[in-house]
Amino acid sequence: MPEYSNMQLENYKNVWVFCEQRQGKLMPTDFELISEARRLADELGVKVCGLLLGDKVEGLAKDLAGYGADEIIVCEHPLLKDYTTGGYTTVICQAIEALKPEVVLFGATNIGRDLGPRCAARLHTGLCADCTHLDVDMPTYKNFLKENSTLPAEKIDGMGTAMVMGEQHDVSRDLKMTRPAFGGHLMASIICPRFRPAMATVRPGVMKKAPFDQAKADAVAIVKPEFTLAESDIRTEVLETVKAAKKLVDLIGADYIVSVGRGIASDVEGGIKLAEELAAELGGVVGGSRATIDSGWLSADHQVGQTGKTVHPKVYIALGISGAIQHKAGMQDSECIVAINKNSAAPMFEIADYGICGDLFKVVPMLIESIRALKAAK
Amino acid sequence: MKIIVCIKQVPDTSGKVAVNPDGTLDRASMQTITNPDDLNAVEAALKIKDATGCEVIVVTMGPAPAAGMLREAMAMGADRAVLVSAREFGGSDTYATSQILAAAVKRIGVEKDDIVMCGRQAIDGDTAQVGPQIAEKLDLPQVTYAADIQKDGDKITVRRMLEDGYMTIRVETPCLLTCIKELNSPRYMNIKGIYDTYNKPLDVFDYETLKDDPLIDPTTIGLKGSPTNILTSFTPPLKGAGMMLEGADHATTDKLAELLAAKHII
Repeated sequence: MPEYSNMQLENYKNVWVFCEQRQGKLMPTDFELISEARRLADELGVKVCGLLLGDKVEGLAKDLAGYGADEIIVCEHPLLKDYTTGGYTTVICQAIEALKPEVVLFGATNIGRDLGPRCAARLHTGLCADCTHLDVDMPTYKNFLKENSTLPAEKIDGMGTAMVMGEQHDVSRDLKMTRPAFGGHLMASIICPRFRPAMATVRPGVMKKAPFDQAKADAVAIVKPEFTLAESDIRTEVLETVKAAKKLVDLIGADYIVSVGRGIASDVEGGIKLAEELAAELGGVVGGSRATIDSGWLSADHQVGQTGKTVHPKVYIALGISGAIQHKAGMQDSECIVAINKNSAAPMFEIADYGICGDLFKVVPMLIESIRALKAAK
Repeated sequence: MKIIVCIKQVPDTSGKVAVNPDGTLDRASMQTITNPDDLNAVEAALKIKDATGCEVIVVTMGPAPAAGMLREAMAMGADRAVLVSAREFGGSDTYATSQILAAAVKRIGVEKDDIVMCGRQAIDGDTAQVGPQIAEKLDLPQVTYAADIQKDGDKITVRRMLEDGYMTIRVETPCLLTCIKELNSPRYMNIKGIYDTYNKPLDVFDYETLKDDPLIDPTTIGLKGSPTNILTSFTPPLKGAGMMLEGADHATTDKLAELLAAKHII
């Protein structure tokens, strides 16, 4: 029998987070995932361990611990300086096999989504892609379903097991990994009941970052497992890494987002300029629907939605965006949604807190004036 | 030299999407299309074929009607096609799917000069996992998120996109690349292509064809071989409808500004 079939699930403990760094800088999603892992680990009664790979990166460990990691597992090697699929997979799989975590989380970045599947395939375990919600504790999970699904309450209350290999399996200790599918039309909660670690990539910007705690940062424990890594494990050569020259818009960190959609088609430049003015008035940034990116009106870093960024600003103002479900999937958790659209039947109005049915080219200049007047009166 | 391109038939989620009362997707009422990123992979392969005369083989796993999609890929210019289809393969998650596709690709044969290509991700599941997992099962180096591919003998140079820039990566054949839409604009089928496609070979690999491969084991394929299980699937509720403000004049925008200020959000 292959080794995986004899896996002793109870030997696997602790929640790990792969802490991605690029050129010695941690990614913002690392802190989100450490914070989320803390919550899950407390539900499981285990430790949170950050997994940090690179060349001379130990100095980053405190930053990670400050968000709730008990231990940072540091794997340093000159061959780990640049991210390579082969190098990172080799080292991570050795660490997982030696230290046996119960759960491993990766940020669903372009690197996490390259690395996660390769590791899961090598370890023979399950990986759930691009999760937007995680739970272990059943009552918490049921409350989540009650608030975020159309399932009847009695069906949710009755949950507790799943049919796995023809038998009822108790899911109370399984990581329940929830993610959108079919462009957000459906949600699914996935479990990995027979193998460990349960692995997930988690969409950046979705999990909330905990406050930084200096005492936790100072108390960090560093673990340095042994591993072997040879040049022959790598098999790709990084010739250069280039940062985009232009400053990219930071949608995920923005409190105010003014997004444009197909409704600006009659005057693309004018529409974008209006959105920029309104965003500047609020201290926010400009986003766009998929149509605006596909048409080349805005660069890809502006895209909000299923294939773009997930955002939850204080205010999301949708200008001329009809509200395709793929777009809504990326912004519906905004604190306040304002929709301005000529078409009164636009689905965006269904989720908007406030809607104005009108021509954005007329309404937005007036809105800018109203906001200015209000600020002046204060 | 040959290029094997893995493609998938998916429901077109950009149009109207119908959901059954039980929360599953009403696939019957939806159009099916070739997954968009996969068409970029086909185009990338055909470009290399244009330059080198290599063979391009398209492969899909799916039910019998997926053969129509393979014919379309051959009408674009692919030379032959393989449909991987069996009851035993149904219910596979990404892990089990990649076991099966890897076995199919192995049967076609991956030699020193060859490339395997996939789309980055499919619009039905958006997982982006099957490409890297096939690469692992075939022990091939992978480069994902390819936005530019230059081939010089057995050396391939790829512009691999990151969120905030890109990496230039060199890899030797055989290798697996996953392609994104920035890579190219897929060509259309032409009349000659459509005429020729029905004269091109389309092989079916069923369970019998692949069962002797060590990757094809009852514990690693299909529903029973999938490490992940669906605990529940559901549709998200609509957020409660908000307030439509009357009119679209100055009074309306003043009112909106006041409402936002009252909530302390501006």
